[in-house]
Amino acid sequence: MDLNILWFILVAVLFIGFFVLEGFDYGVGMLLPIMGKTDTERRVIINTVGPVWDGNEVWVLTAGGAIFAAFPHWYATLFSGFYLALFLMLVALIIRAVAFEYRSKAEDPKWRAWWDRGIVFGSLIPAILWGVALGNMLRGVPIDADMHYVGTFFDLLNPYAIIGGLTSLSMFLLHGAIFLNLKTSGELSERALHLTRRIGPVTTVMVAIFIVSTYLMTDSFSRLGVNPGPVPIASLGALFAAAYFVHIGRLGWAFLMTSVNIGLSVITIFMALFPRVMVSSLDPAWSLTIYNASSSPKTLTIMSIVALIFIPIVLAYQTWTYWVFRHRISIESELTY
Amino acid sequence: MDVTILARWQFAITTVYHFFFVPLSIGLSLLVAIMQTVYFRSGNETYKRMTKFWGKLLLINFAIGVATGIVQEFQFGMNWAEYSRFVGDIFGAPLAIEALMAFFLESTFLGLWLFGWNKLPKGVHLACIWMVAIGTTISSFWILVANSFMHQPVGYVIRNGRAEMESFGALIANGHVWVQWPHTMMAAICTAAFFVLGISAYHLRRPLGEAGHEMFRRSFQIGAIAAFIGVIGVILAGHAQAQYMIQVQPMKMAAAEALWETEDPAPMSLFTVASTPQQRDLFVIKVPGLLSFLAYNRFEGAVPGIKDLQAEAEATYGPGNYTPSVFLAYWTFRAMVGAGFAMLGLAVVALYFVLRNRITSSPAFLWLLIPAIGLPYLANATGWIFTEMGRQPWIVYGVMLTNEGVSATVGVGYVLLSLIGFTLVYLGLIAATVFLMLKYARQVPGEEPQSSKQPSLRPAPAGD
Repeated sequence: MDLNILWFILVAVLFIGFFVLEGFDYGVGMLLPIMGKTDTERRVIINTVGPVWDGNEVWVLTAGGAIFAAFPHWYATLFSGFYLALFLMLVALIIRAVAFEYRSKAEDPKWRAWWDRGIVFGSLIPAILWGVALGNMLRGVPIDADMHYVGTFFDLLNPYAIIGGLTSLSMFLLHGAIFLNLKTSGELSERALHLTRRIGPVTTVMVAIFIVSTYLMTDSFSRLGVNPGPVPIASLGALFAAAYFVHIGRLGWAFLMTSVNIGLSVITIFMALFPRVMVSSLDPAWSLTIYNASSSPKTLTIMSIVALIFIPIVLAYQTWTYWVFRHRISIESELTY
Repeated sequence: MDVTILARWQFAITTVYHFFFVPLSIGLSLLVAIMQTVYFRSGNETYKRMTKFWGKLLLINFAIGVATGIVQEFQFGMNWAEYSRFVGDIFGAPLAIEALMAFFLESTFLGLWLFGWNKLPKGVHLACIWMVAIGTTISSFWILVANSFMHQPVGYVIRNGRAEMESFGALIANGHVWVQWPHTMMAAICTAAFFVLGISAYHLRRPLGEAGHEMFRRSFQIGAIAAFIGVIGVILAGHAQAQYMIQVQPMKMAAAEALWETEDPAPMSLFTVASTPQQRDLFVIKVPGLLSFLAYNRFEGAVPGIKDLQAEAEATYGPGNYTPSVFLAYWTFRAMVGAGFAMLGLAVVALYFVLRNRITSSPAFLWLLIPAIGLPYLANATGWIFTEMGRQPWIVYGVMLTNEGVSATVGVGYVLLSLIGFTLVYLGLIAATVFLMLKYARQVPGEEPQSSKQPSLRPAPAGD
């Protein structure tokens, strides 16, 4: 295995970490007004992700940095090409981050209502846009021979990418609803279970539609053949398993299954891409690949050493954080946020 | 309108705004860690109150610093795609390492610290704030490694039409890093020190309960010591940086001094009104030989002037304008240095009062320290504007021009939209930040209403 492949895998790992962890943060943020009827309830909901959301978000910053370091052309083409979409996402993430921290620091109900809107907006926009972005990377966008994106913002809003966006949205909603069921108690937890049961079927249908349209609307069929292999099937299977665990009331296992679903979905997309990182819809030869978009072997070597040392360390202390904050939160709890 | 100009404005606004908050996060996390260490070792409740009070302000500041930092990670790709392609092999590595080593550390442990007051053993909880402080320091190091490459490109070779890494060690050992990083770190300590001094002074001027008075008296002591160390450090490091700059970026120094002609010995201008198009002075006050002294520690030695440097650059790189804005360089440099020396004066007086145990003896001085909170902010902002504007027209000094680095396919309309968008969002956020800062900085600990919104005082009931 060469270093270019290793870095392709590492970027996939960073995205899996990001979507599994930030996925429930986004879900929790979007469900805030639906789940929380009173101010205290809303604070409970925000406090379920309070200690961890910031650390979770770093996964995407690291993914961005890793793409820059390992595949500079991917970084340059993706972020300049998807300019307005990324701008919208950055605004959403900025507002969301500040909203978590500032919301409960003043008592005025109007102040809190505005930041609540910020949390919803800041969670909803990225939850959709990440699906749109990955969909477009896979489907192909107009990229010329010089690796320049030559389309417009509206070229990104094609049916396949929108299906991708709605799929990621529904996956994160389900993931977040299960998380809230696990992390809250009493009526809030019941409400989260009720929402889980309603969102679950929608998510399952969306993931199935996404898998089918990936076959119909991208070049995956011609590349992978009729049998998609075990990964996409297992991804959908994890959702059925999640439904089973919700049914028998084992929500911890259900959460594990939605995590597996998210992880395998990312792997599916990366497998369909490989060895490309951005597909050109103009000419297959103009696609960015892990070879023509990459850094020099020297840089990849240095970055490999750094990543293989620090990713395990990060995983260790973040796991410990989840252990420290493993308990449920109730409306009687002392609330930090 | 020119897309390069818009992209530069956007970068300037988002970065100066981001760096408005960063130094306080770096410096204050260190001071809070020191306060909590004293509490841990002595058990003195005053230091616990101090930790919580300053910690709260740190959190408000940290949140917006982190949020506005997100843009920085992506903006190179968005607006400076050609630059990213050209230097990504070198420039991306420190950014990715910064995220892996520092961003994870500070974000994760800040969450642990904020929510872990009663969930973690005291020693572990203390370690968390140290991790945050260490994380911010590591972060500043790696971003300055990246930034230094733009000022003094080292350890690279031009291959495959781009700059490729030749030596990672050279990138880290870059002399520019080792003058810039200490200067920036000391500036961060100054920022936090004057923040603590100013807010403490505000409270010490008012009637306070005994506990409150004790708390702000001790905060003032820590602030005064930190301010003194920070200001001395920032001036010494700045001096080293200026001498280094004359070697590697003589044009920036010449512009900072509006030194049109090469002179030996070179005078230092205290005040110049110049006509930049004609490249000549209209009115000037100079100290003979001082610039030579600053450059070489003796009152002689030639300091190259703008006209010679421009001619030299044209001979090397071909026709073009290689002179940065002399007006901006000259005045931002003076604002920075002026603010620095004003801080030195205030820090010396503050330390004198602390050593004489007469902190509250001069209400006028205490009053003066409140607006002085702004001095480090002025110095931080003008210092960076000077450093980066003085690098122009280069994006990588001597290697790539700024207008060659801008994204080739992002249109003027898009950049204008994002520029306006970011600016409006940032204006709204700063209003909220200032509002909260004022609210919490004014609250005397022990007098605020007991509510559950602050770091919890007892553990949450654990029920699964």
